[in-house]
Amino acid sequence: MSKSERPNPLFRNLNAKVASIPMILTAMAVFVGGTVWTVLYSFTNSKLLPRLNFVGLDQYYRLWATPRWLISIENLLIYGAISLVFSLVVGFLLAALLDQKIRFEDTFRTIFLYPFALSFIVTGLVWQWLLNPDFGIQHVVRGLGWESFSFDPLYNSSIVIYGISIAALWQGTGLIMCLMLAGLRGIDEDIWKAARVDGIPMWKTYLFIVIPMMRPVFITTLVIIASGIVKVYDLVVAQTSGGPGIASEVPAKYVYDYMFFAQNLGQGFAASTMMLLSVVIVIVPWAYLEFGRRK
Amino acid sequence: MNIANTTAETSVAAGARQDIIGPYGPKPRRMISRRNIFLYGTLFVMAAYYLLPLYVMVVTSLKGMPEIRLGNIFSPPLEITFEPWVKAWSTACTGLNCDGLSRGFWNSVRITVPSVLLSIAIASVNGYALANWRFKGADTFFVILIVGAFIPYQVMIYPIVIILREIGLYGSLSGLVIVHSIFGMPILTLLFRNYFASMPEELFRAARVDGAGFWGIFLRIMLPMSLPIFVVAIILQVTGIWNDFLFGVVYTRPDTYPMTVQLNNIVNSVQGVKEYNVNMAATILTGLVPLVVYFISGKLFVRGIAAGAVKG
Repeated sequence: MSKSERPNPLFRNLNAKVASIPMILTAMAVFVGGTVWTVLYSFTNSKLLPRLNFVGLDQYYRLWATPRWLISIENLLIYGAISLVFSLVVGFLLAALLDQKIRFEDTFRTIFLYPFALSFIVTGLVWQWLLNPDFGIQHVVRGLGWESFSFDPLYNSSIVIYGISIAALWQGTGLIMCLMLAGLRGIDEDIWKAARVDGIPMWKTYLFIVIPMMRPVFITTLVIIASGIVKVYDLVVAQTSGGPGIASEVPAKYVYDYMFFAQNLGQGFAASTMMLLSVVIVIVPWAYLEFGRRK
Repeated sequence: MNIANTTAETSVAAGARQDIIGPYGPKPRRMISRRNIFLYGTLFVMAAYYLLPLYVMVVTSLKGMPEIRLGNIFSPPLEITFEPWVKAWSTACTGLNCDGLSRGFWNSVRITVPSVLLSIAIASVNGYALANWRFKGADTFFVILIVGAFIPYQVMIYPIVIILREIGLYGSLSGLVIVHSIFGMPILTLLFRNYFASMPEELFRAARVDGAGFWGIFLRIMLPMSLPIFVVAIILQVTGIWNDFLFGVVYTRPDTYPMTVQLNNIVNSVQGVKEYNVNMAATILTGLVPLVVYFISGKLFVRGIAAGAVKG
């Protein structure tokens, strides 16, 4: 074989490599490059423009001494706990109800899932209207004769995050229901028959047989909910803009405001790095369980 | 019950079970049992909870402001008026612009259409390369891409601002289209890669033997055979990009704001008297596109989000 006939290995399968250029650029330049860049600049005192003037962990000390950040974290934890518990429980219950060979299953599923097609902005604005104390639910209940009834979560700083969670649950539970329903449909019919023959009551079959069998579905759902929790931003912007005062601030909003309004890039980078850290804490154990065991 | 029995009878009559006399088959279930009352009762209550906001939105948008001030948000409108819809569409103000949501709508169209096309074009070719033309290192990049999908957007927002500024696209619609294509890539690539990988290998080999190349196989064999997955991808992207708020607010200027951003500015503006009916009409208008996609696509939507959620 002469030398000219042997192709350069770099050009072998060239088309596939060309087709993958966007993916490679995205993966390396944006995902890896961008993340490294942000983490690196979180150790600088960048203000209006990014500057490589390292100040160690100063931004992080300042971050954790800022009341607004502490409130954001507290809100995220409450919101996260509520979303996690309620969307899992309600989502599973709805899926179990729909799995009873009922009539109009498609209609019910369509109704439970449609809010998921709506954006968080639309969701937030609708619930802002429903929870408006002068016109919404509170006003209507008072009109029915219960004069002292009080339900104004969006104007009460101690419960505002619960008002936001109600809207988030309305929007997101349908998705969890769909995933759970798919999981339930994956359970072998014979299991149910066997349980019935043995005279095990239905709730016990769910609790001790079906749910343990759906472990993978629960884990995936958990990861989906958790990564959605950290991202919560639009909903708060639409529903309360962080108010009253700073009572409903969340980390994603802190990042945005410090980067684009307060012109304090270093704080924004430090806060976003903390968000990254929280995701890593959730994802790494999951990835380890999911992929580590397979090997 | 009667109908079920007669149909069962006719079908069995063809068989050889004529010796059975009297009713047979599984014990018929009574429609009104305690179990069913509980089951359907719960489902109806939940359905009401899910439908209520939509109902209130529609009802509010059809009332005049005096009626809203006096009445109850749940009561149907006494006098139906479409004025709030007209106003929301054509004259509602954001800051100094008073040309209504129509501007945001067209911006969103001009963002969504090219973003959907570009992201799907890139991801489908890419998924095809990953499934059928694997090269060394391809999987490494793919894993990075998928892991990257879990990184909060806030971490990458600013570096992308710099990249876009460097290539002169910061603040333009094309810049936002690129951003949507980037962040749609992990899930779409995964979707297409899995779909193409599930196609029979022989098909690909036969085409290779017949002399078809990379693009020939993709355009003439893979593409025509994968229409369903393209529909799923389109549903996923149209709803996702239309509903986006964060990228819109970061990467565009006020006159190119997408609909969601403009909607938020209209409703949450502090100046002027609050016109709740106009606000609700604007909210419905913004939610209409994804809702229509949802109701038309039916089961495919579920498949799309399941793909987007389970694997993403």
